[in-house]
Amino acid sequence: MAPIEKAVAIEKENVIVDGMDISGPWSRIFEQRTIFDYTPELIEKVASIPGAESFANCYQCAKCVAVCPVDVVGNYGPRKLYRYAQTGMDLSEAPQLWLCTTCANCLRVCPKEVNMVRIMPAVREQAILDGKFVPAELQQAFENTAKYGNPLGQPQRKRDAWTQNAGVPVPILKDLGRPVDVLWYVGSYPSYHPRGIDAACAAARIFNALGIDFAILGKEEKDDADSQRLAGEKGLFEMMAEYNIATFNKYEWKEMVVTGPHELNAFKNVYPRYGFSRPVVHYTTFLVRYLDRLKPLLKHPIHKKVTYHDPCYLGRHNGEYEAPRQLLQAIPGLELVEMPRNRENGFCCGGGGGGMWMDSFTAQHTTMRLSEKRAMEAAATGADILAVACPFEVSRFEDAVKSTGNEHMRVLDILELLDRSMRGDVEI
Amino acid sequence: MHIVVAIKHIPSIADELPVRHNNIDFDSVDFVLNEWDEHSIEQAVLIKEAVGGTVTVIGVDVIGELDNALHLALAKGADRAVKIAAEEPGADSHQQAKWLAEAIQNMSPDLILSGVQASNDLDGQLGPLIAAYLDLPYIGGTSAIEVTNGKAMVLKEFPGGIGMRYEIALPFVAGVQAAPKPPRYAPVSKVRQIAQTAKVETIEPGEGESGGLRFLKMAPPVVTGHAEMIQGTAKEIAARIVELLKSRGLL
Ligand code: SF4
Ligand code: SF4
Repeated sequence: MAPIEKAVAIEKENVIVDGMDISGPWSRIFEQRTIFDYTPELIEKVASIPGAESFANCYQCAKCVAVCPVDVVGNYGPRKLYRYAQTGMDLSEAPQLWLCTTCANCLRVCPKEVNMVRIMPAVREQAILDGKFVPAELQQAFENTAKYGNPLGQPQRKRDAWTQNAGVPVPILKDLGRPVDVLWYVGSYPSYHPRGIDAACAAARIFNALGIDFAILGKEEKDDADSQRLAGEKGLFEMMAEYNIATFNKYEWKEMVVTGPHELNAFKNVYPRYGFSRPVVHYTTFLVRYLDRLKPLLKHPIHKKVTYHDPCYLGRHNGEYEAPRQLLQAIPGLELVEMPRNRENGFCCGGGGGGMWMDSFTAQHTTMRLSEKRAMEAAATGADILAVACPFEVSRFEDAVKSTGNEHMRVLDILELLDRSMRGDVEI
Repeated sequence: MHIVVAIKHIPSIADELPVRHNNIDFDSVDFVLNEWDEHSIEQAVLIKEAVGGTVTVIGVDVIGELDNALHLALAKGADRAVKIAAEEPGADSHQQAKWLAEAIQNMSPDLILSGVQASNDLDGQLGPLIAAYLDLPYIGGTSAIEVTNGKAMVLKEFPGGIGMRYEIALPFVAGVQAAPKPPRYAPVSKVRQIAQTAKVETIEPGEGESGGLRFLKMAPPVVTGHAEMIQGTAKEIAARIVELLKSRGLL
């Protein structure tokens, strides 16, 4: 890892900028200020937006800053936002509005329950409605979701094209014409992104090998839109939720399994507000139930050191830390090593809360991507493989291992690792 | 300042285009707003923001689902939405231009904008035909329009990166190639709000046929050849490329 460089303050004996003498040590105080020089106006402006009330609760203890991933690559955290607002930053127009990934690590430690997971979507929604600045890439993801049903802008008719590569039957509910045990919601990235498709195919083979009675929605499946909601497009989210709920309810199934943690969060925690309350689990939680049946299928050892990245929306948001680890440990030969920041304190990959579609924008306001920081942490454990359980992550981390010079470390979804141990015919 | 934007609702090419008899199977495709119309709406709203006035968006409702596109235009800043209830999915640009011109005639517009073309015909006829019906000048391929004192400065694009500036007296018809800024995003929350409150005016299409094209036959293009994907190691691929070049007499 590169040595940490300390910023060096500029100190000049004689500097005049715009007629103002700023000579002397960098920490020089030009004039005494009292706290009463600041107005709480811009804090109240944020807190007056429904959903963002807790912003005003902050009492500046700074516990949040210590755990905020964005602060590691920049200057961030609820305390800092509060302070910026106090000293003149209008959050609704500041670039800071778009940097939070809603990873919820600050909420975990905040004694005052300042909740960025609610504050951010509310303020962003207001900014979008008021026609304020919205990062162009994010707008594109919104438009794609509204027009095509997925943020990638891929045609709806190709949503189930990936099934041809699975090598096993992937039944589609509409054609099946009978109730199933499991409705598998595949998700947008597993349906369209080349590396996501790899995970989807692996899942299909695992479900088949376990003899699970499952089916997918095929061309009827559309994006869950939870990240779009967190990025501020509530209307888009509601439009998608209405469609999805109607589609889910057209069919008889006992339980829904989702490939992605964001979908889990949407269907389990948010769709109930819109009248949908049927059982939904993440694939790790689901597969762990079948561990006894799965273990004998995992015939081929994987003699590799593997570290696991906790997705924020599986871990902190939904409390699932152990199932992914149990699945990994079921693979013979595999050695699981932990990164220093794991489980409740897992470090965000930067993809949540719309961050998935704002990489170029955030790059202008941070020293490196969160995924790059995390890839470096993973590499520091000496792992050969970085295992993930969220479809946003494979592509994010694959870019990150390349850009940080850690190509020797492979990035694989747990599904892919299980599938390889099952089949043994693929090199890792 | 009254700007009228004539829009088209066209079959989406995001999905496969099913053909039935001598035309598209309109029952099994989605209809979307023509993408150049997104630019003409943006251009109209930009002019309105610069000099004031009102923007009316009007289109032929060929399948009875134009409201969505009209609500979107209202969310982006249009003031008034009008649809011509024709319910004729096969109505071509010539027919639509006739209906639109008849309706626009009564609106006393200062400026009429249309998308320069649409992916369902690509003949770019809608704007010129409306201009002809209304006996107004037409300029196509615009990339910026600025209005001052009854006149407009229009930037028109030519191939090869050449642009030309025109000064044109109002009123006239313009075929918008691009707005000077990318079309703004209308949040779905806002579009949905508008859908609940906005009033879309409906008018009946005029009588009488227009000139235009008659479809004789429509068929998907026949695939005649495809690329050969060369696979293998770098060496094997190189060997295959050499072999191919030799077989074509190029080496
Ligand atoms: S942990 Fe909570 S109270 Fe403490 S500074 Fe952060 S937001 Fe404020
Ligand atoms: S939710 Fe995560 S990214 Fe956002 S402020 Fe809190 S710790 Fe930082």
